Amino acid sequence: MIIDIFKYIGRFVFIILIQILVINNIELDTYINPYIYIIFILTLPVTMKPWLVVSLAFFTGMVMDTFSSTPGLHMAAAGFIGYFRKFYLEFACSKEDFEKQITPSISKKGFAWFTLYTFLLTLLHHTVLFYLEIYSLSEFFRTFFRILASTSFSVLIIVVSQLLFYRKKEER
Amino acid sequence: MRNLIFFFYKYYTFILFFTLELFSFVVIYQYNHYQRASFLNFTGGMASGFYETVNSTTNYFGLRNMNDSLMAENARLRSQMINAYYQNGFTQTSINDTLYKQQYEYISANVVNNSVGKRNNYITIDKGKLHGIKPDMGVIGSNGVVGIVTSVSDHFSTIRSALNANTKISCMIQKNNAFGSLEWNGDDPKFSSLKYVNKHVPVNSNDEVVTSNFSMLFPQGLPVGKVYAHSIEAGDNFHAIKVELYTNFSTLKNVYVIRNIFKEEQEELQNSLKGDH
Repeated sequence: MIIDIFKYIGRFVFIILIQILVINNIELDTYINPYIYIIFILTLPVTMKPWLVVSLAFFTGMVMDTFSSTPGLHMAAAGFIGYFRKFYLEFACSKEDFEKQITPSISKKGFAWFTLYTFLLTLLHHTVLFYLEIYSLSEFFRTFFRILASTSFSVLIIVVSQLLFYRKKEER
Repeated sequence: MRNLIFFFYKYYTFILFFTLELFSFVVIYQYNHYQRASFLNFTGGMASGFYETVNSTTNYFGLRNMNDSLMAENARLRSQMINAYYQNGFTQTSINDTLYKQQYEYISANVVNNSVGKRNNYITIDKGKLHGIKPDMGVIGSNGVVGIVTSVSDHFSTIRSALNANTKISCMIQKNNAFGSLEWNGDDPKFSSLKYVNKHVPVNSNDEVVTSNFSMLFPQGLPVGKVYAHSIEAGDNFHAIKVELYTNFSTLKNVYVIRNIFKEEQEELQNSLKGDH
């Protein structure tokens, strides 16, 4: 149990560092801004208490805000996926998954399931984030395009990182 | 009473979610509407300190380019020095003290964090309150305008760069003093757009765009960019002008924060007029 907590703290620090030191510095285009730090919230165990997931999501957002001088922005967006995650999981996971206390991952639920799960929640996160960032509807379609482009990149990075990091561990 | 407790028990996740969400919306609203709300003070410049550590490592990779740009700037400044000019007259009166009073001070600073790819870009620099920087000061680079200071902590400041939806800089076209507002549409970090230039004013490509005399943040006539393309939409009263920015935001390392010594005086005068009607 204690080991688990340290494992999550380590993963949290690692993901945040990757986001702010690597991903934020890849500036492909003004339309492509991937945010992969939500992988931390996505891969929390399905049986984790909803209030804890929500709190962790808000905390993650707050840390991101501190590092990108955007008060409240990431907090609001990450909070949304922290809350709505449980509804999707209740719908998409079987009773067995809950009994086994799995974490959502490719090795446990398959490639298609994980990609869809990541895509839906990333889309929700990016929609909230980008519309709040521009803070008006004046560039509605341009922002919409920006959301789609960034979402596809984020999903790509998250899925590939899953394939790289988590597969091996499960096989052992 | 029991029902109420039951209600809270059943929906406590939602209530938690709703409260935190409300809190973040309030923070976003405050920051967007009251620019002086100092977010940096709230976080204590923690992130900036981290970025400075990272930057002091990565800075070594860019030393050569940085030296080049500093040398170019030195050369340009040297050519503006008084001993670079041939003296035409004999009499050199020394009445500078009363005729010229210094209005702008420049504080040099290093960029520790920067982005160009987002819709709203911010720059963090390594000088702050202790060095005399306050919110709402103009910032320039060695080539042109960079942005406006939004919040300061003791040792760091964040700058809303010109590549930000909320940054509007009062500019004019140098040859005919037609003024407009420089706003970024989020497409390309090399270009920005100059809005609200009246359509009866003639505009040509490659016209110089400089800061206007209406801005209290920048001295008049600082270079901003040059006109890249211009057009008039049917039924529109203003030119649509695309400006090529002189500042290269993606390689920005050294900036100068401008302190306008007369700003308080000017603001005080203008505010006293507001309560006059």
